[in-house]
Amino acid sequence: MDETTVADMANGDGSRIKWKFLDRIVSRQGPFADPDNPIGEQALQMLSSVKVLVIGAGGLGCEILKNLALSGFTDIHVIDMDTIDVSNLNRQFLFRQADVGKHKAEVAARFVESRVRGVKITPYCGKIQDKDEDYYMQFAFVVCGLDSIEARRWINATLVGMVDEENPDSLKPLIDGGTEGFKGQSKVILPTMTSCIECQLDLHAPRAAVPLCTLATIPRQPQHCIEWAHIIAWDEERKDITLDNDDPEHITWLYQKALKRAEDFDIPGVTYSMTQGVVKNIIPAIASTNAIIAASCCNEAFKFATGSNPSLAYPPPDANNYMTYSGDDSIYTYTFTHEKKDDCPVCGNLAKTMEIDPSWTLQEFVESFAERPEAQLKKPSIRSEAKTLYMQSIASLEEQTRPNLAKKLSELVSDGEEIAVSDPALQISFKYKLVFKS
Amino acid sequence: MVYGTCGLESLCGPGQHQNQRCSGILGTLLTLSQKQQQQQAENAAGAAGKKKKVTAAQLRVQKDLSELSLGSTMKTDFPNPDDILNFTLTIDPDEGMYKGGSFSFSFAINQNFPHDPPKVKCKEKIYHPNIDLEGNVCLNILREDWKPVLNLNAVIVGLQFLFLEPNASDPLNKEAAEDLKTNREGFKRNVRSAMGGGGVRGETFQRVLK
Repeated sequence: MDETTVADMANGDGSRIKWKFLDRIVSRQGPFADPDNPIGEQALQMLSSVKVLVIGAGGLGCEILKNLALSGFTDIHVIDMDTIDVSNLNRQFLFRQADVGKHKAEVAARFVESRVRGVKITPYCGKIQDKDEDYYMQFAFVVCGLDSIEARRWINATLVGMVDEENPDSLKPLIDGGTEGFKGQSKVILPTMTSCIECQLDLHAPRAAVPLCTLATIPRQPQHCIEWAHIIAWDEERKDITLDNDDPEHITWLYQKALKRAEDFDIPGVTYSMTQGVVKNIIPAIASTNAIIAASCCNEAFKFATGSNPSLAYPPPDANNYMTYSGDDSIYTYTFTHEKKDDCPVCGNLAKTMEIDPSWTLQEFVESFAERPEAQLKKPSIRSEAKTLYMQSIASLEEQTRPNLAKKLSELVSDGEEIAVSDPALQISFKYKLVFKS
Repeated sequence: MVYGTCGLESLCGPGQHQNQRCSGILGTLLTLSQKQQQQQAENAAGAAGKKKKVTAAQLRVQKDLSELSLGSTMKTDFPNPDDILNFTLTIDPDEGMYKGGSFSFSFAINQNFPHDPPKVKCKEKIYHPNIDLEGNVCLNILREDWKPVLNLNAVIVGLQFLFLEPNASDPLNKEAAEDLKTNREGFKRNVRSAMGGGGVRGETFQRVLK
């Protein structure tokens, strides 16, 4: 191991007492590890040379950042767009009262750096969508501690889209943790090789919603009255104002509406904080659940970086890649294989490169699909991210997009743009990256 | 389906060896700086022409649309054909109590589809037990029973069904539901009158007759 690195990670007195347990793990061959896997200083070297990205610096993120730093990772990047709220302070332990209002990523990074010698944490305060593939390509893997399905789907689709079969470094494992109250899950995704976030979309329990007619006619619970104020009364009386969940005036208005309705129906229990909770769909966060799930995620990160034991996703595709944890009825974990879906819109069919003559008309291009051996499509509909090129199945869209047929491809798409081709006869859309023949 | 209402490749690449620019230290330095310039230019070009990829939600909506069977009683209108996530569906029932009317629904689909259901609202003010005066629709698969395996066709069939079988037991317009329950013939007359732009119980409705 490089001397400067050892010194960086030493305690103030130059010893490695603090790293005793880490050193013990990496100095021995793991029982299931590859016998050629490096141990000792070489393994420590690997750990400190890996660049890892953490997405989210909230409940899970604080735990993940702390764990990674204390596991010997020294080059950590973190993204979070949020600022610190006073209600975060009970479990997001990298933040103090004086930090309220500041960016989570920045404060978390500085806190961990000040407590763990030799660790460099690079924060980015903004959205994951601000960054491009070149940015994500610099990391060995990504650890997610997110609270939104939308953000998970975005990073998942991005990492799947980055995989280049000729470049093994383009495969970036995704370690995803999630918690909701006493329940949580952690999973490892090898983009294009194992089941991805999109494959798993139907595992998410839908938000427990109450039928609209119950809200409108026979509310039974205080929450029904709040939900009524939220989705019916607001639209009736304040249609021109966009509801802002963080505006106290808006929440107060909803609270008073709900309170009045609850009185009418003789339902007790509507409070301001309940109104906030229902409107913002707040699920109580439990610190120990976050700690358990983050620990599992960081174990996976450590195994990836050191090779000290096989990953949850190994061997693909039959590994038990998905761990669920439930803490509300004693303590229970169950780990199973979530299989990759052949018809997954994200990883089921990767974009193929197609060379095209940009002077072709869209009509000629559409007709060419009937002859393509892998496609043989009779009624293809074609879209890019920004444009509907031609949609055949819907009469009004067909009519609106018909003028495009006479246009040259160069007028409709740019060199290197991705298109999706669907056909009623197809289970799944084909994706092509169009490259102009010069 | 049951409807309810509710790194670096060494310093010099093979190409440079071919045109023999890479000879000695000077050559290496030269090619290195050229390489850097070239890379900067590439980065700049790349940043300018970043290609957005078709999103998962768009892919799914495209698939749902290509599988849609609208028949003769329904049509769609896309205000912007390039945006397939927002459109209007018009239903002209050819049987039942709402025959002769024309009803339009706005569909707003977000990037979290199909995890989130489409947001559907009736654009006209109509007299219907399961649609309120603001256009909110009480259809189970639009809310509590939505699942990502359901598609736009299921929603459209569900809406069509509401005009064939208005449901008095899951009311959103309480008065209309009561009328339907207690006096079916009177309800039918109210529907005719409301569709013609008339009033029912002091509430004026929008004319929706074709």
